[in-house]
Amino acid sequence: MSRLDPLLAFLAAVAAIGSLLLPIGFNAQLPVVSWTNVAHLAYCAVVVGAVGVCRMRIPAWLSGIAALGGAVLVLSWLDQFDAAGDGFWLLLTSMWFMAWAFAQRLSTDPGAARKGVIGMLVPLAFGATILVAWEAGVRGGNVPLVIMPAPSVIWARIVANTAMLWADFQQTFLKAVLAGYILGNLAGLLIAIAVDRSPFLKRGLLPIGNFVSALPLVGIAPIMVMWFGFDWPSKAAVVVLMTFFPMLVNAVAGLNTSGAMERDLMRSYASGYWSTLFKLRLPAAAPFIFNALKINSTLALIGAIVAEFFGTPIVGMGFRISTAVGRMDIDLVWAEIAVSAVAGSVFYGVVALTERAVTFWHPSIRAGKT
Amino acid sequence: MTSVVSAKSLGLTFPTADGDVVALSNVNLEIEKGEFVSFIGPSGCGKTTFLRVIADLEQPTSGTITVNGTSPSEARVNRSYGYVFQAPALFPWRNIEKNVALPLEIMRFSETERRERIRKSLELVNLSGFEKKFPWQLSGGMQQRASIARALAFDADLLLMDEPFGALDEIVRDHLNSELLKLWARTQKTIAFVTHSIPEAVYLSTKIVVMSPRPGRVTDVIISPLPKERPLEIRETPEFLEIAHRVREGLRAGHSYDE
Repeated sequence: MSRLDPLLAFLAAVAAIGSLLLPIGFNAQLPVVSWTNVAHLAYCAVVVGAVGVCRMRIPAWLSGIAALGGAVLVLSWLDQFDAAGDGFWLLLTSMWFMAWAFAQRLSTDPGAARKGVIGMLVPLAFGATILVAWEAGVRGGNVPLVIMPAPSVIWARIVANTAMLWADFQQTFLKAVLAGYILGNLAGLLIAIAVDRSPFLKRGLLPIGNFVSALPLVGIAPIMVMWFGFDWPSKAAVVVLMTFFPMLVNAVAGLNTSGAMERDLMRSYASGYWSTLFKLRLPAAAPFIFNALKINSTLALIGAIVAEFFGTPIVGMGFRISTAVGRMDIDLVWAEIAVSAVAGSVFYGVVALTERAVTFWHPSIRAGKT
Repeated sequence: MTSVVSAKSLGLTFPTADGDVVALSNVNLEIEKGEFVSFIGPSGCGKTTFLRVIADLEQPTSGTITVNGTSPSEARVNRSYGYVFQAPALFPWRNIEKNVALPLEIMRFSETERRERIRKSLELVNLSGFEKKFPWQLSGGMQQRASIARALAFDADLLLMDEPFGALDEIVRDHLNSELLKLWARTQKTIAFVTHSIPEAVYLSTKIVVMSPRPGRVTDVIISPLPKERPLEIRETPEFLEIAHRVREGLRAGHSYDE
């Protein structure tokens, strides 16, 4: 229970009443009123009633239902007028505050945080609210398609072009990103082990790694195209260059985290270099290595997409974005953005889940499970 | 009796930015087979350094030392000692069983041999049943017992212990001390034990080496007349208190408070 709850509930109720009093929208300059709409009346009654009965401390389930109903109501109004009026924006505001109250209540409740499903509900509710506000804002405000398409338009575009999007995804993600990611991280890790072993390499190679990472992506990409051709290998090469350095730096730091006592212990067993590496130093470095893998999972996708701006075959996410922008085909650009956002999140999620499984022993992951 | 450790006019100097620090100077000491030797002294007296020299974790700068009749580095390569550190130093990604298995894996014991030795050494420290627990799921005392089991697993005759119970509270420490004595009686090992607790040193040892700092040196070697069988109550007997008194005198003689 926080002090914010009553304020949010109060604002939601005020905005709901306001949405009844002001015109919800205009059809051919004529105002459309909302007090004849049963659903709208019901929503306002629920919100105002809940605020009154619960003395502004609305339970989470009730604010959740009210927010959901409000969202459906907002979307249903969109088809019924040409231009939105102040009442519509107040209704959207009211629904936003309800959703906020719901999320606030769930995320501050210590019991709810522990349960997996409810823990997922907060980000889901937040994402859904943003989508509804986006849809309502763009369509209600008659925002031109070139500036910002509504989520429903983007979705329709995705559904209509799945074959093309899949081909692009295959070209950019499954070929360039994955190949470059695996090669870049592997090279970074192996070089880190070599650097760690030899003081000469530490002096000579680390500065060069630093230098490579400072090269601008837009400069490297065309050169890689010259070297490796138009197809995906040149993009994979860019990804290798981008992912190499974060892995190198993290792995070098990670290999040095094992404590002096643990190393003395291994020495007392007369353990050789390799068995110390595999039994102590690499496991101890795992949290650092996974850190680099997570950073690189997003870097790799950015690198591959941007690299495709500098010469590709006629397929690929970066290629599609650059040509669609040229044709003012903005909803296709957004469709590609949506695909890459989902792919990037899933990629990151897979790496993060693997991390949880591998470094289960690390205090940051076993927190509270001792 | 044969000497397990034999040090003759041993010295060790650490070069530092502020000039040389003499950690050990002219140390002469014999540790016989089967003895329980405690090293006691204030911090900086070189007791840990001496243990680390035996373990070949530190190189002496003068004098000679043999371990099992060989140089410390040969003794280390022959895996002739087990070392217990101030902290348990268990690997958090390995459960207790796997932690005890660590030296056995490095020394390439067979799978069946490993399982048998893990069982035996965990039983010696009363940790049977905790095989699958991870170190961070156990109390500090249990973790230190697991680290002792790990040092026992490959059955070296010499056990080097560097303030193993220093971080534990007194009740746990008393308990582990009496457990350690039982373990010593059962395994017949030679134990070198660093501590800065006088009762602990007197209670455990057959020989107490009193050391003092600047430079680190041995000021007194006390052969304990206490019987091998020692219940915790022995700490209230006059004999016990007399030895404790002598240790305290030795510590005072070697330590000046005016600096």
